[in-house]
Parts: sequence; structure tokens; C-alpha cells
Amino acid sequence: MKKQAMIKKSFQAAFPYTIPIFAGFWFLGLTYGIYMNVSGFPFLYPMVMSFIIYGGSLEFVAVSLLLGAFNPLQAFIMTLMIQARHLFYGIAMLDKYKGTGWKKPYLIFGMCDESFSINYTATIPKEVDSGWFMFFVTVLNHFYWVFGATLGGLLGSFIRFNTEGLEFVMTAMFVVIFLEQWLKEDKHHSAFIGIVSSILCLILWGPDHFMIPTMLLILFLLTLLRKPLEQTGGLSTS
Amino acid sequence: MSLAEQIIIISICVLGTILTRFLPFLIFSSKKPTPAYVQYLGKALPSAIFGMLVIYCLKDIRIFKGSHGIPELLSIIFVCILHLWKRQMLVSIAGGTILYMLLIQFVF
Repeated sequence: MKKQAMIKKSFQAAFPYTIPIFAGFWFLGLTYGIYMNVSGFPFLYPMVMSFIIYGGSLEFVAVSLLLGAFNPLQAFIMTLMIQARHLFYGIAMLDKYKGTGWKKPYLIFGMCDESFSINYTATIPKEVDSGWFMFFVTVLNHFYWVFGATLGGLLGSFIRFNTEGLEFVMTAMFVVIFLEQWLKEDKHHSAFIGIVSSILCLILWGPDHFMIPTMLLILFLLTLLRKPLEQTGGLSTS
Repeated sequence: MSLAEQIIIISICVLGTILTRFLPFLIFSSKKPTPAYVQYLGKALPSAIFGMLVIYCLKDIRIFKGSHGIPELLSIIFVCILHLWKRQMLVSIAGGTILYMLLIQFVF
């Protein structure tokens, strides 16, 4: 009984954090499902793909991979390029996912941008089990995404909606998460490095190819500044 | 593309994604202590990552075309003001999104 109460509490603590993601994911998932539908794929495709790939931008790219000539090597390289940022998330979550038992493989499988950001920054109440909290965040987000994608695949081009601009909900969420992280730390070297590297690489490489150079530049600068950063205590405490 | 070929392409997307998500956990198992450099990265990276994700969301803005990124800029400023004032995640996100929708549907 005690365990059940704890699980329930964890759910109640996790759910509010996922509300903005619900708003973003059903909409983006819907867009993806519609895109699959008008590209000639039955709803089972977006349903299954959103469930087992579970990575928004890759799933959009996968549509063109499926429509083009059969090229497994190209698909593999594209996947690694688009998904490489997860390597960073994994490094950041090594400690937090420790001791989560059977939930751990699923937590890692479902570690999309949004689940990672919430699980990393959320202030989890003391009476709540952090493993269950992170589990519910991950499950709920996964569910919203599959739900949106399936609905879009089913309804296809029949729906018309005036939700222009709703996709900004994801931008707003990342701005809030960035700001929360900013408020938590005394020094902001790393935050500056992230923003400046991204803008610089975006200008140099353009919107479709800037992520890998950005990640390498961030890694390079953080490695270069390791000594001063560790000495001045410019690292977040969470 | 045949069904078998489609399944292969989708499987590659799945495996590649799983690889990028699991690799750090496989390399740095919880049995051995994590190298100090990786521990440092684990602490130093997140702020940079969140900055990178904000820019990633804004990557398709064209400064010299269309609305010049003004609705995005105004909405982000609004999100920050709301958040510093109320410190309520949902209020800040909802407020910023509503302002953005109003701006691009009625103003720009």
C-alpha cells in the first residue's frame, strides 16, 4: 500500500511538468502523422515509427528516406548526425539515472530533448521517488507523441485548424528551462558557450548542418576552459 | 521501396537512435568510477546544451526576410519577464505561446 501511494505521488508530481509537452507533442505529432499520411503511408507507419524511433526530427527526415532510393548507409549516417546530441544527454544523466533499476533501460530509450531537459532540471520533491518521477515524465511524453502521430495519420489532410504558431510552445519551454538553469548557477560560462557556439555555427553552416560543428565547438571550449571553470566554481550544483 | 526495404530503413533509424542514447551508459558503467573529465563534462555540459536547444528551436528564422524574427524575439522576452516575475513554468510557457500566436496571426 505504501509503495502504491508513493507511485501515485510521483505521478502527481511528474504530470504538471509534462503539460507543456502535451501541448507541443500532440500538435507536432499530429503534423508528423499528417505529413506521413499525405506522403502515402497508412496510419500504422507513423504509429509504429513514433513509438519505436521516438525522435521527432529524425522521424520527419525518415519520411524522405523511405520515399527515396534504398540506401541503408545514408540512413545510418543521417540518423547518427541528427541524434548525436543524445550523447551529451547521456553524459549529463549518468548519475541521475543510477539506481533506477528496471526503469533504467526505458529511461534511456525514451530520453528525447524534452524528457532529458525536464528530468535534468526538475526539482523533485523529497517524498517522491526520483526513479518513478523520471519514469512518468518519460512515459507521458512518449504517449503524447505516439498519440499525436497516430491521430494525424488517421485524420490526415481532413483536418483544418487555426493553430498557427502553437509550435512555439517548445521554444518557450526550452527558454524557461535555460532560464531556470541560469538562475541555479553562479557563473554562466557554459551557458554563454552554448549560445555563442550555436549562433556562430548556425551562421557558418546554416540551419541543416550546424549541430555537429556546434557540439564539437562546445566540447572543445569546455575542455579548454576546464581548469578555470573548475577553480572558479562556475558549474551548476544540481 | 519494398516492405522489407522499408523495415530495414526504419530499423536503422531505431538502432542509430538507441545507439546515441545508450552509448555513454554502456561506456561508463556504474561498476567502475566515471573518469574525472567525463564527470566534469556531465556538470558543465547541461547549461551549454540548453542554450544550444534554444538556438536549435530558432534555427529557421530568417533575419533579413519575412517578420525578421521579431515575433520570436518579443515572445522570448515576454517568457523571460513572466518567468522572472512569477517563476511558474506553465504560466511563462503558456503566456509566451499565446503572445506568439497572436503576433503571427494578427500583427505580422
